[in-house]
Amino acid sequence: MPRLVSHPDEVKIVSRRFGQGAANIERYIELGGYESAKKCLEKGPDWVIDEMKASNLRGRGGAGFPAGMKWSFVPKQSAKPKYVLVNGDESEPGTCKDHLIFLHDPHAVIEGTIIAGLAIGAKMGFIYLRGEYRYLLKITEKAVADAYAKGFLGKNIFGSDTEFQIITQTGAGAYEVGEESALMESLEGKRGVPRIKPPFPAVVGLYGGPTVINNAETIATVPHVIAMGGAAYAAVGSPRNGGTRLFSVSGHVERPGVYELPMGYNLKKIVYDVAGGVRGGRKLKAVVPGGSSTPVLLPEEIENLGMDFDQVGKAGSMLGSAGVLVIDDQTCMVEFALRTISFYQHESCGWCIPCREGTDWLKKSLTRFHAGFGEAKDIDNIQYLAENMLGRTFCPLGDAAAMPTIAFVKKFRKEFEDHLNGKPCPFAKHVEMAVI
Amino acid sequence: MSPRETGSETMTIFSPKVAARFDALVLRYPVRRSALIPMLLYAQDEVGYLSDSVIAEVAERIGITELDVRNVATYYSMLRFKPAGKYNIQVCTNISCMLRGAYDVYERFQEELAIGHKGVTPDGLFSLEEVECIGACCWAPAIQVNYEFLDEIKAELVPGIIDGLRNRVQEDEEESDA
Repeated sequence: MPRLVSHPDEVKIVSRRFGQGAANIERYIELGGYESAKKCLEKGPDWVIDEMKASNLRGRGGAGFPAGMKWSFVPKQSAKPKYVLVNGDESEPGTCKDHLIFLHDPHAVIEGTIIAGLAIGAKMGFIYLRGEYRYLLKITEKAVADAYAKGFLGKNIFGSDTEFQIITQTGAGAYEVGEESALMESLEGKRGVPRIKPPFPAVVGLYGGPTVINNAETIATVPHVIAMGGAAYAAVGSPRNGGTRLFSVSGHVERPGVYELPMGYNLKKIVYDVAGGVRGGRKLKAVVPGGSSTPVLLPEEIENLGMDFDQVGKAGSMLGSAGVLVIDDQTCMVEFALRTISFYQHESCGWCIPCREGTDWLKKSLTRFHAGFGEAKDIDNIQYLAENMLGRTFCPLGDAAAMPTIAFVKKFRKEFEDHLNGKPCPFAKHVEMAVI
Repeated sequence: MSPRETGSETMTIFSPKVAARFDALVLRYPVRRSALIPMLLYAQDEVGYLSDSVIAEVAERIGITELDVRNVATYYSMLRFKPAGKYNIQVCTNISCMLRGAYDVYERFQEELAIGHKGVTPDGLFSLEEVECIGACCWAPAIQVNYEFLDEIKAELVPGIIDGLRNRVQEDEEESDA
């Protein structure tokens, strides 16, 4: 069972039931569960969407799109059935928050899905978990079955004449399926190749019907937004960034773990106070603030950085999935860049040429470079190649590979130069890595 | 190829339990084909890999061609076309795990089992895979043995993990003898 952590600065909203046995439906109800769904049933869709808009809850998958606004884009009248789709395909390296949500609080996901369904007028929701999360799928399936047995799901939810069904689904290993349109393809039994947009899912989504797709953390937050009130939830965070965020802090820190902190919380404090500082008293070299696809930050860049979508954006990176990776001074950044691009090369679906070829060439160049066979011009070429991928692919995977690569080259050019002229890597012992 | 007729008694290669599960699965979604990916994974769990006969039966159950099934199956990294070991050891070496020594863990598994990436031991007991992020970054380095997560692994724990799995096999055998 993954270790839970705690820190006095935490504001536990989404994680308040972690470790409380709330995967059990009776316990969940005892802790106030399903009251929000009942309230929404009573108040109606317009009220729900207004509360969601007031909450400033922004998409926890990484893009940060306001959830209430997304819901409001779904047409009221639709010839085709509407759907709610919960993205639990958590795959961004450095991110493991949904893991804990499904483990400790699966009913929050179910309740949030019901509320989203009520808000947009859908009768069916899907909860999609990555294939590796089989034990979490079992927990979630049990929770769904229990919710059916209580009459919280089915033809007449909570004794009303409203219908809502939930189907759980497993993936089978693919990062790309975390992209919303690729997820829909996967759920339709196809390869997870992204669709071109527009049309957006709110208009043409799953099975061609209007679809709201949200990250599991976003959905698990919804019942709390309703319980607290949208405005009260917004007040916890920073301007235009409502509430809290589950920060997955990993890498070279003393106390790695998932911490729930208010939006806008200082990144330096996350590293040094919350997670206990750099492991073994070493010096900090860099921080990746929001999962592997977000550009790396230098120690001086995290000094006064508030962790919300807007402030991290202004600092030239992204809040992304809030996976904070802490890197100490014994780490080779060329190796780190290589391992990052190797991942994107492995996960590129191959549909768009700039992504398929770009990730492959970046991996080849970095592999050669790290092994000491690089030339000075390669450094610029790596950056040039990455820059030419930006904005030229169907889905964000191309950008997710290019953005961090550009930042590694720009911010750690000296380390790249230290690998030139056949010099062995000053740090790494895994020189043969990724020559697979 | 003609789609399987609903309700017809066709020969199945799956156990009655899994076959019954598949009968229900194809009717579960608004579209029959949505059952494809879960069905492939559950079939693999039982048979060990996606053999030709697994693909043929899944294609028939969904009502699509075998080629279409293969086209989809090759996309997903967990689906495989040859058998793995009884215990498939998946070592995450992605960045969070790498920073905390995942490559030492992976190398130790390679040494102890004398196999490499996607290798299978001669007795068929173990297979090894270097995998991408498994969503256990805060408990790194992490591995998965089949679907079971093992967190905060160190290289020196590797021999004990392997022994533990060997004992599990023995216990299973003793149980089935009893």
